[in-house]
Amino acid sequence: MSVLSVRSLSKTFGGVHAVNEVSFDIGKGEFLALIGPNGAGKSTTFNMINGQLAPDAGDILIGDKSICGLAPRDIWRLGVGRTFQVAATFGSMTVVENVQMALISHAGRILSLWRPAASLYRERALELLAQVGMADAADRPSRELAYGDVKRIELAIALANDPQLLLMDEPTAGMAPRERNDLIKLVKTLVIERGISVLFTEHSMDVVFSYADRIIVLARGRLIADGDAAAIRDNAKVREVYFGTGKTFQEASS
Amino acid sequence: MTLSAFLFQAINGLSTASGLFFIAAGLSLIFGVTRIVNIAHGSLYMLGTYIAYSLAMKIGGAVGFWGGIVLTALIVGAIGALIEVVLLRRIYRAPELFQLLATFALVLVINDATLWLWGPEDLLGPRAPGLAGAVEIFGRRLPSYDLFLIVIAPAALIVLHFALAKTRFGRLMRAATQDREMVGALGVNQAVLFTSVFALGAMLAGLGGALQVAREPANLATDLAVIGDAFVVVVVGGMGSISGAYLAAIIIAEVKALCIAIGVVDLGFMSVNFSKFTLVAEFIVMAIVLIARPYGLLGKPQGNVRSVAEPENPIRPATPMLKMLGAVILVLLLALPLMAQTSPYLLVLGTDVLIAVIFATSLHFIMGPGGMHSFGHAAYFGLGAYGAALLMKLAGLPMLAALLAAPLVALIGALLFGWFAVRLSGVYLAMLTLAFAQIVWALVFQWEGFTGGSNGVIGVWPAAPFDKSGAYFLLALACAVAAILLLRRFLFAPFGYAMRAGRDSPLRAEAIGIDVKRIHWLGFAIAGCVCGIAGGLFAFAKGSISPEAISVTRSIDGLVMVLLGGIQTLVGPVVGASVYAVLQDTVMRQTEYWRALLGVIILVLVLAFPQGIAGALSSLTRKLGRKSGGAA
Repeated sequence: MSVLSVRSLSKTFGGVHAVNEVSFDIGKGEFLALIGPNGAGKSTTFNMINGQLAPDAGDILIGDKSICGLAPRDIWRLGVGRTFQVAATFGSMTVVENVQMALISHAGRILSLWRPAASLYRERALELLAQVGMADAADRPSRELAYGDVKRIELAIALANDPQLLLMDEPTAGMAPRERNDLIKLVKTLVIERGISVLFTEHSMDVVFSYADRIIVLARGRLIADGDAAAIRDNAKVREVYFGTGKTFQEASS
Repeated sequence: MTLSAFLFQAINGLSTASGLFFIAAGLSLIFGVTRIVNIAHGSLYMLGTYIAYSLAMKIGGAVGFWGGIVLTALIVGAIGALIEVVLLRRIYRAPELFQLLATFALVLVINDATLWLWGPEDLLGPRAPGLAGAVEIFGRRLPSYDLFLIVIAPAALIVLHFALAKTRFGRLMRAATQDREMVGALGVNQAVLFTSVFALGAMLAGLGGALQVAREPANLATDLAVIGDAFVVVVVGGMGSISGAYLAAIIIAEVKALCIAIGVVDLGFMSVNFSKFTLVAEFIVMAIVLIARPYGLLGKPQGNVRSVAEPENPIRPATPMLKMLGAVILVLLLALPLMAQTSPYLLVLGTDVLIAVIFATSLHFIMGPGGMHSFGHAAYFGLGAYGAALLMKLAGLPMLAALLAAPLVALIGALLFGWFAVRLSGVYLAMLTLAFAQIVWALVFQWEGFTGGSNGVIGVWPAAPFDKSGAYFLLALACAVAAILLLRRFLFAPFGYAMRAGRDSPLRAEAIGIDVKRIHWLGFAIAGCVCGIAGGLFAFAKGSISPEAISVTRSIDGLVMVLLGGIQTLVGPVVGASVYAVLQDTVMRQTEYWRALLGVIILVLVLAFPQGIAGALSSLTRKLGRKSGGAA
């Protein structure tokens, strides 16, 4: 059974069909890349899946539960971890506290008023940090870290609730090529170890074609291709959107 | 009530709306472009009335009156430009809170300058030459000057509208309202644009004030009264929208007129005098609009202005040194009643300081870690104080029980108001909290039968053994220590971390399952509850409570205390409240112009010590530590 199913998802913004009848599935343990030129509807699709936007039509299923209309925090409770395009951490906390917060929330102890938070789940948080290679920085303020390291912290946070699905919006945006490769390699390893499914958007084609198990391509709000790296590389439509003019595509589709 | 009386009140409301429109339009324009909420706008309006009065009296005749009004607008515009160049230009990049405080400091300074120049008496200007008569409408006499006011506001609206739509300056202003960084990137001189916008806004306020000269006497209390109304109008109409300001001015003025027209209504079991609830009605309208349309009737969501506030350091448990220091201070305070044999005033001052410490610590709880800049913390202080006083007076509760009930009354209020407040952020949250505080204030002020109105509740004395100032001081000390330790504990617990998480990054917090609104709502309630203790203690310490003690000035005092101590440190509010309360009791009582003095203190604080006392000290020690560490 697929971990995530997207069924005929649509969203319009004032007459613009940002996402138009998009459907796809992610199987267990699959590393799925969502690509497409600027304005293709990647972010909109993403934000509907993570609960930031409500779809106009269609359905999104985690397992067999519809998550349309759920708030991001409720979707997280269903076992969906997230990283952001612009990495977001809690700047006034240390690195390990950032991870601890996710663990405390996962354990349902956010409203606790008594036990000091810094003492809760510290061991587990350190373990997660070790997995992303950030154990040395555990007690540094997270706002002091280099951007690539912040992305690693985000990954540790996202793994804190033992997710079955990880949503990564441009995980390598703003990173140097070397860091980029390291981070994705790390994600891939962790994912294989834990059997997590990943949906990620990405602009770097190097990353996409070297690591994704499967690639889906959006253009102008529609899903135009779905397949492995080789199939996508040879797909005429995909070449058209990436290399041809937008005009050509419009004529072809109408 | 007859229909004609009702219609007459409605027309009367329209003429009141005109003054409101001028000040709100100016406020709105300035906010749109500079993103500064100019609390001193009411002061500019007040200056307008005073200057127009002087010109009309000095020059005399039609030239003195009508020419004086035009000249006043220009003078106030020039004062506005001066303020912008000298002060505001330095703080455009400062956090919102500092900007609000800086303009509030101006309110204090301008008020005392006016007192110094014109004296404390109300000054009634001459009748308007040419419009001194009255016309008969619905069987009543309406001054023709009021009719003139009704016409001039829409006329000004049309002129402004065309100026914004057709002129280059107007286009620049609209562009800057939408995206001021882009306007800067296009090579527009922002400094000149901001100065002229501020001058224009000030001119409108001056004009609005000047036009009132023939209607109402110039009065020193105008500034805060008018700015409250103007806030409501701007928020209801939508920040940055001139037409919204006009629409909202009419709605607010009409709602007030309606309340007066309805008058006393017999509900069977009790009779309610609606004309006493004009202030409450106005703020209820605002609360409803903010909840239904958070950006006002004709407003649009404002683009985010990137905040450049320096992020704070992770919180750490108290060092042994801090614990030692705390213990020493506690021992000294415990010994204070013994030392105070010779000067009993020391204990009164000490109790005042402790009450201020509880007040400021509870405010810091939501302002610092919660990131919610409440401009109405006096509401919960007032609920606690009045709750305790009235429960003792009317329900006959013993003193300690009444004191215990104080935080509960405040908690109920904070739960109610907080539920609405956490739905907003930034200046909108500041204004809504201010509005709620004004509702509480207006309720106790206008509901004479229950709260004693402006006289307040008197004879609220503590029972034995706390009737001795020494024992009462120790009671206050116990409450303060408990409040500080409890709130500190909460901040180190997951709840406090979650509050900070919601402030640091709401997006990330929601993505790890934290319900940010709920957490902030509960935080707001806890802060209100603890603040209620301060209110209860205050009522019993003074033996009375009056509306004056819970006015907007108390809310601002709290903000100054927190900033004085440093918003980013946990001991900050304790230090700030102590220093401020002592300053207030000693230095400020010495001079008639204490407001100006306070204003100058705030300005120095905002411009020179944005980290506060405790913040400056800790960064100093860190610097020194680093230096000595490097040398070793």
